[in-house]
Amino acid sequence: MRFAPTAEQQDLRIAVRELMRDRCPSSVVRAEPDDPAINGLAEEICRMGALGLLVAERDGGLGLDENYLVPLMVETGWAAAPLPLVDSIAFAPGLLSHAGYSDGPDYRKRWCVADPAKRAETRFGQPAGLLLRGGFGGTGAVQLVDLDTAVRSHLAAMDPSADVHDVRGGQELAIVDDPVLVRQAWQRGVLAAAAQLIGLARHMLEMTVDYVAGRTQFGVPVGSFQAVKHRLATALLAVEFAAPVVDRAGHSMASANPGADRDVSSAKALASEAARAVGREAIQCHGAMGYTTEYDLQLYLKRAWALAADWGSASWHRARLAGHLGMSLTGSTPAG
Amino acid sequence: MDLTWSEREQAFRAEAKAWLTANVPAEPLPSGDTREGFAAHVDWERRMFADRWSVVSWPPEYGGRDASLWEWLIFEEEYYRAGAPQRVTQNGIFLLAPTLFEFGTPEQQRYWLPRMAAAEDLWCQGWSEPGAGSDLAAIRSRADRDDQAGGWRLTGQKTWTTRGAFCTHLFGLFRSGPSADRHRGLSYFLVPLDTPGVTVRGFPRLDGDEGFAEVFFADAFVPDSHVLGEVHEGWRVAMATTGSERGLTLRSPGRFKHAADRLIAEVAHRHPAATDALIERVTGVWLRAFAYQQFTLAQVSQLIAGEAPGARSSLNKVYWSELDIELHETALELLGMDGQLDNEWSRGFQFSLAGPIYAGTNEIQRNIIAERLLGLPRK
Repeated sequence: MRFAPTAEQQDLRIAVRELMRDRCPSSVVRAEPDDPAINGLAEEICRMGALGLLVAERDGGLGLDENYLVPLMVETGWAAAPLPLVDSIAFAPGLLSHAGYSDGPDYRKRWCVADPAKRAETRFGQPAGLLLRGGFGGTGAVQLVDLDTAVRSHLAAMDPSADVHDVRGGQELAIVDDPVLVRQAWQRGVLAAAAQLIGLARHMLEMTVDYVAGRTQFGVPVGSFQAVKHRLATALLAVEFAAPVVDRAGHSMASANPGADRDVSSAKALASEAARAVGREAIQCHGAMGYTTEYDLQLYLKRAWALAADWGSASWHRARLAGHLGMSLTGSTPAG
Repeated sequence: MDLTWSEREQAFRAEAKAWLTANVPAEPLPSGDTREGFAAHVDWERRMFADRWSVVSWPPEYGGRDASLWEWLIFEEEYYRAGAPQRVTQNGIFLLAPTLFEFGTPEQQRYWLPRMAAAEDLWCQGWSEPGAGSDLAAIRSRADRDDQAGGWRLTGQKTWTTRGAFCTHLFGLFRSGPSADRHRGLSYFLVPLDTPGVTVRGFPRLDGDEGFAEVFFADAFVPDSHVLGEVHEGWRVAMATTGSERGLTLRSPGRFKHAADRLIAEVAHRHPAATDALIERVTGVWLRAFAYQQFTLAQVSQLIAGEAPGARSSLNKVYWSELDIELHETALELLGMDGQLDNEWSRGFQFSLAGPIYAGTNEIQRNIIAERLLGLPRK
């Protein structure tokens, strides 16, 4: 029994963290989708082999499992990396391999966007050549669509850096309806989103601690007031008790534990709520400073709001968890 | 991550489970916070001791099994799953014993530990006073030097002493040096409650049981051999036990996981068609208990790797105490007017309200979290 990352998982985390500190500062999160800095970041991520993290070695991937996916996503989440990482690294690999898209020299460069709920919407679609449509809840079929042939139009959104598009049509390249693969892809997407939310929550809390320690009012740092301390202690509690559940869910998936779906839903529910709760305390404790797009907090806050709703909201996953616990809700299921 | 139990751990679990199945009383014992219930619980403790289950993590020479931290967690899981009685010896075993192991002389360890394991000596904690609660360093009870008799004379009052009216011994802090020093000049004493000059008055808790006591000291003599740790170093010695009280030792995840599972069973039993609002609350409670369990697994792994929990034990304390209230409030919601009757859930609910107060209020814990874990300025 050892509930802790291995040295290799730790090394991966550090490598990704260093890459993010180096190549994904807030100026990159703010950049236009076609900015060379974002392309540079995308290339660096490809160079690490991250797109093939979950791809078997015989197919040119790293052959790693979800225990590695979690730290990678926590660190990219911390940086709010403006790329479709959950889609391309977590959701896509099993589906693409099955559809015969794992061969070929440019596999590692194949960026995808996912639209599991078939909302006809994509986020961070700029580098992507493929759209994966369907699979919400781990059921149904996923359609592989040539994104270049689809009709795309920009949508105004709360988080401008997410590059949200309305996407219609597009040539269908393949369809994957193997229930095991669709379920696995969905669970990996949920897990990766949960992990990114942990990173986002930690980043917002770090920013807030720095701010309240330095900001002086009434002659003292505002962080010395008990009201502020208690808010941030509560925020830390939310993150500290969500993070091990995300780690646990990664392990359950990697070890093909029959409770994996339950654990993944637990992880996403708690991580979504933690990120929202931390964001709420962060904007309050920043005072007016956080209430402007000129200050960076909003980048991470808006990313967290969207990601908390994406891949099934906390309410959706709680309803799913209730089912796993043998209690079923009678009312309508929260929206996907 | 390796979440599998070794063969040795599995065998330990099987042995614990078998013993508990054979020995846990079929009918729940009367509350251990009443006089007759306490006696029944002491009998239970002695039965556990006889088969070496009362102090599993202690060395064999004191009645234990040298159980690892993992084995201790396994034992706790099985203990709560079996619905075994509350541990009326817990203040001694979980709060005093770690301090005795760390600061006691070999003579003190040989004398006190086996008697504690066997439930011959029954310990209560003497920290709080009428004027010293969260601000523990404000205590005023005195210990005056008696060179001639080779010991100390205790004067003053302790209060909120859990099960003090039924216990035989008290461990407590007394001011042996000048009072202006606050954290300095305190000494840690081990006091038999039948010492002349000691008077105990039990009084009822919120649930009506005589679970509290005031303890009065009027020139009560204790010999030098009953000082634990260095004279005047009692604060440092006592802080070692607050760490264990807040942290892992007092509130193992098995307790909450088991209660959450019982709550789910209660839904199926009472309300096969429960409302969505109720199911959502029950799901939320299960989820928090699950999170507490995962947090603890990670924490024990860190402990085994040699990282001291330090201020992180404040995270445990706030989390489990708030979880415990939510758990019992949800149970009462489920029970409706049955929750007004005296039963396991209504008692548990009243007890849960004490969680955010004892062992350092959650307000103090949040200060500790903010200052020591987040690094916010004290002033």
